[in-house]
Amino acid sequence: MFIDLFYRLRKAGVPVSVTELITLHSALEAGLAEASIDQFYQLCRTTLVKDERHYDRFDTVFGAYVHGSDSVMDAIFAEIPLDWLQRSNELDLTEEERLEIDSMGGWDALMEAFKERLQEQRERHEGGNKWIGTAGTSPFGAFGQNPEGIRISQGASRNRSAAKVWEKREFKNLDDNVELGIRNIKMALRRLRKFTRDGVAEELDLLGTISSTARQGGMLDIQLRPERRNTVKVLLCMDVGGSMDYYIQQCEELFSAARAEFKHLEYFYFHNYVYEKMWKDNRRRHEQAKNTAEIIRTYGKDYKLIFVGDAAMSPYEISAVGGSVEHWNEEPGALWTQRLLDHFKHAVWLNPEPEQRWLRVPSTRLIHKQMDERMYALTPKGIEAAMRRLTSNKA
Amino acid sequence: MTDKVKFSSTSTYIATPELMTSVNAALTLGRPLLIKGEPGTGKTQLAEEVAHSLGRDLHRWHVKSTTKAQHGLYEYDAVSRLRDSQLGEEKVHDIKNYIVKGCLWQAFDASAPTVVLIDEIDKADIEFPNDLLLELDKMEFYVHETQQQISAVHRPLMIITSNNEKELPDAFLRRCFFHYIRFPDRDIMEQIVGVHHPEIKKNLLREALTLFFEVRDTPGLKKKPSTSELLDWLKLLLAEDIPAEKLRTEDSNDLIPAMHGALLKNEQDVHLFERLVFMHRRQNKNN
Repeated sequence: MFIDLFYRLRKAGVPVSVTELITLHSALEAGLAEASIDQFYQLCRTTLVKDERHYDRFDTVFGAYVHGSDSVMDAIFAEIPLDWLQRSNELDLTEEERLEIDSMGGWDALMEAFKERLQEQRERHEGGNKWIGTAGTSPFGAFGQNPEGIRISQGASRNRSAAKVWEKREFKNLDDNVELGIRNIKMALRRLRKFTRDGVAEELDLLGTISSTARQGGMLDIQLRPERRNTVKVLLCMDVGGSMDYYIQQCEELFSAARAEFKHLEYFYFHNYVYEKMWKDNRRRHEQAKNTAEIIRTYGKDYKLIFVGDAAMSPYEISAVGGSVEHWNEEPGALWTQRLLDHFKHAVWLNPEPEQRWLRVPSTRLIHKQMDERMYALTPKGIEAAMRRLTSNKA
Repeated sequence: MTDKVKFSSTSTYIATPELMTSVNAALTLGRPLLIKGEPGTGKTQLAEEVAHSLGRDLHRWHVKSTTKAQHGLYEYDAVSRLRDSQLGEEKVHDIKNYIVKGCLWQAFDASAPTVVLIDEIDKADIEFPNDLLLELDKMEFYVHETQQQISAVHRPLMIITSNNEKELPDAFLRRCFFHYIRFPDRDIMEQIVGVHHPEIKKNLLREALTLFFEVRDTPGLKKKPSTSELLDWLKLLLAEDIPAEKLRTEDSNDLIPAMHGALLKNEQDVHLFERLVFMHRRQNKNN
């Protein structure tokens, strides 16, 4: 009765409900999938999956269900960033990095070897010097020490230094599919909803009508007023990559919660600290970066600005010209942040690091001060406090 | 089910097998069908084609940011009643005169099964889909003013489109069938162009599609051209009677300005495109 498929889907994170399972049975009874396994697949998908983001997961589970076994290969391949396989020539590597790649016989050879090895290897591997896995000296895998290594499926970088390493190319796009278990964050964000009256006049203003009709000597004079509507506008700027990998999960939860809450939500990403550019899509961060100055011009003062970042970096990255780890910045990051803060009066910084650590990190102290102490922890409690601050009239 | 009417590709619309399965499932079980997909992949078109091919009437409900669920059921026009009372009109005594039927009521009332299109449901307020749960489930609602229970004579086929601007609530999703219209691949695209422009020459189509998919694959494009834009562009090419060779002429000054406008909707993208055409031609020259 497909109970097995049902539980496998739930385990894979596809939110299937009993209602949908029953619908599937009704559909089968109605003879909608008599012709072929393809039709059965399509019917299952259209009944059970309600979001294209889950299509891929469904395919994996369905494939395994039909063939009766999980394919390790597919799972591994899914983790390899497509960029590596397709767009290798577009990576702007430093001269040193190029030399390192050449030591393996060039990029193509490296990718070839990588694919071959992936073919040979069928299971998880740790240590050793050949297989793809963790903690080895093979050029492939994570947490290893081979300088020309390819890093696969990093959960988080082992030591959190912001070196110019390959993995910084690998920023995952924040996927907002973490819906379950974030109810508490969502509740806190609801505080940000503020009802104001603006927009089209479409609701009968009863008191206004009475008074206006009286003034007209009894001739009816109908007054309308705008309806109450959620008008909160939010600009969300998130730190990705580097030391933030540890908190990417938490950020994804926040992001996912935030998206359903507001009428206007714009989000931008930055790396470590805000400079003259931010971007909307991590994979296209070089082509599609947006000038911070333009962002300030584009979004009105009524937007609430929320930074999400761990604020842990070298103090130079904040205060020095050329301090950025990624590029040469003509003006210090602190200046850009100040410009943003001058424009957006309502701003907070959410920090996923535990509060007691903040004062021990010099850069966090600096930012805390620049934000006028508007830094809050990325916990339901911290968010609630932050939202209270954002909705208060105190700038 | 009794009616064995099935939806399939029509002479003006190419539906993939996946899409047909979804539409037929929704049709057979009388459940709403939620359609998502890139802009310009024919989501709204689908409802029209389904209605046309099943020979049903189509009720369109275009959702805007101010639309309320109630608007689809009925509206009580209190303002005109008030005005009529001032003017001493006779019809003011019957409240029925001021109940204006919405799109869903009309569909429920119809003597034959219909198709209802709820277009761009994500444009409305967050609560909008939640307010329609019972109506979509039971296909009935209650009119408080006249104390009437309205139930559907025939369950209409509801096609709901969304552009992903807002998340839809789970309770709502659970009641729908879902289909995501993927961007068509080259084969499907040829079929689509075929039904819209049967007179197009093979080599022109080949050149045009090559260019089109290359444009779409260009990284950094602000807005990727969609199927509907491709069709507009081809219409232009045909109207101007532009031969296939012209799409890959050697003269770099001759970029056929008429076609840019149909495919690309902003300046930077046009620059990118020009670079691409140039590269494409150079490639052909080398081959």
